[in-house]
Amino acid sequence: MDRKLKEAIASKLMLLATVFSSLLIFAVVIGLIQKSRPILATHSLSELLLSSSWFPLRGEFGFYPFIIGTIWVTVLAMLFSLPLCLLTSIYLAEYAPAKIRAFIKPLIDLLAGIPSVVYGLWGILIVVPLIKDYVAPFFGYSATGYCLLAGGIVLAIMVFPIIIAVSEEVFRAVPHEIREVSLALGATKWQTVKHVALRAALPGVIAAIVLGFSRAFGETMAVMMVVGNVARVPSSVFEPAYPLTALIANNYGEMMSVPLYDSALLLSALILLLVILFFSIAARIVLLRIERRVM
Amino acid sequence: MPKFKPHIRVKNLNLFYEGHHALKDITVDIPEKEITAIIGPSGCGKTTLLKSLNRLIDLVDGIEISGEVIVDGEDIYSTKVDVTYIRKKIGMLGQKPYPLPMSIYDNVAYGPRIHGMRKKKELDGIVEHYLEVAGLWDEVKDRLKSPASMLSAGQQQRLCLARSLAVEPEIILGDEPTSALDPISSKRIEEVFIALKKDYTIVIVTHILRQAVRLADYVIFLYMGDVIEQGPAKEIFENPKEERTKAYIGGEIS
Repeated sequence: MDRKLKEAIASKLMLLATVFSSLLIFAVVIGLIQKSRPILATHSLSELLLSSSWFPLRGEFGFYPFIIGTIWVTVLAMLFSLPLCLLTSIYLAEYAPAKIRAFIKPLIDLLAGIPSVVYGLWGILIVVPLIKDYVAPFFGYSATGYCLLAGGIVLAIMVFPIIIAVSEEVFRAVPHEIREVSLALGATKWQTVKHVALRAALPGVIAAIVLGFSRAFGETMAVMMVVGNVARVPSSVFEPAYPLTALIANNYGEMMSVPLYDSALLLSALILLLVILFFSIAARIVLLRIERRVM
Repeated sequence: MPKFKPHIRVKNLNLFYEGHHALKDITVDIPEKEITAIIGPSGCGKTTLLKSLNRLIDLVDGIEISGEVIVDGEDIYSTKVDVTYIRKKIGMLGQKPYPLPMSIYDNVAYGPRIHGMRKKKELDGIVEHYLEVAGLWDEVKDRLKSPASMLSAGQQQRLCLARSLAVEPEIILGDEPTSALDPISSKRIEEVFIALKKDYTIVIVTHILRQAVRLADYVIFLYMGDVIEQGPAKEIFENPKEERTKAYIGGEIS
């Protein structure tokens, strides 16, 4: 065949593949919107988002407890994981001798490959009893252990490898020379890390955090196994919660004879998707700002 | 024995990099408040020698070093010496301009700040003064807050010079400081160097012979890790004693 023709076919084929994969997001969004229409037609959005009464049989679909549950579990996970992840990635990239790094890095990467159901089981076997027997009594609460805190801890451990791996790469991508510049001015290593490396790496570190956040926000299995799944707004971290993801996974396919039930669940899926989209876009904007300011 | 007052005395400096003998028993004296040029073909150890003078060589893994580098009567490799103090006293200008990822102002203020200066007024004064010295003030005085990366390469290199000067070093090391610049920017850096030598001891590495001729008062010719010849620039360029120096200056080895 003529090589010009091959060229044309190859480039068209790649274009087609690219268009297909980039249109998928629209397909998913449009599909979810279509499916959640029935419930949006009969209930106002503010009622759906802000009401706490979840009684599908009575036709009441208040997502508020689930939204709060999702937000709390995610926030807790980020609070636990961020300091650890940052310190670990800085240590690995800036301080650790090559040998130690070569030993630790694969261990952390290994964490990323563990299926989430295993994290869930580990949460049930270790984290839940620990909270029930020690942590909650210490703070003067009595709890089953299946609670927000357990979900937050398990999720935190799940996002570790993502944030560490990405931000460590980001630190290592900072040109060695600008560290040299700082050291040559008589800065200590820590001053150099804090004022130069961290600053140069900031956009990438934020990207890593957003990646971890999205993972935590959307994670289902492990959270569902330890978080208790009670449709109520929790008043402390020792109370159970019911994140949106768990709601969908537990109920879709069951109880579908209840009118509007599947539409309600698909709406919650749409909400999840939109929130993650919102955060990705917000992160992009922040990144652009930072880059314009310092780079 | 040298007739001048040495600011840096290197004595029997040997450096091994992963078994390779990169600097071989170097003994040189570097005169105070003059420009010394280290010349020689690429890969002969010029930059390694330069980085040994402010212990930036410490950052390279797999280095073994022995001998002495005496600055103001003190061996900088002595265990009693604080390396940050050495590097504050001996500034460095790199091959390429590497502005820190911050504003023009913050780049110059960076050094004084890490050494503990907090007063805004004093910092303002330092930033203005050293940007003046580096010949950049007029070009940037209206946009001190914009990112340093917005400047041209030549301006960035002058910014880097101002940044080095702002910690008030006594000695300035330049590692082929004009190699990434256009001829006009190079000329400006050279002019600044010449103006600076009344207050500072300057050591530059260069592979551009004509630059060494224009700038240097004193020349060290390095070849494969050995000091072949050192002396006043005039003697080295006009009347080299060693065959290899003659060959290098004549353009036969490069």
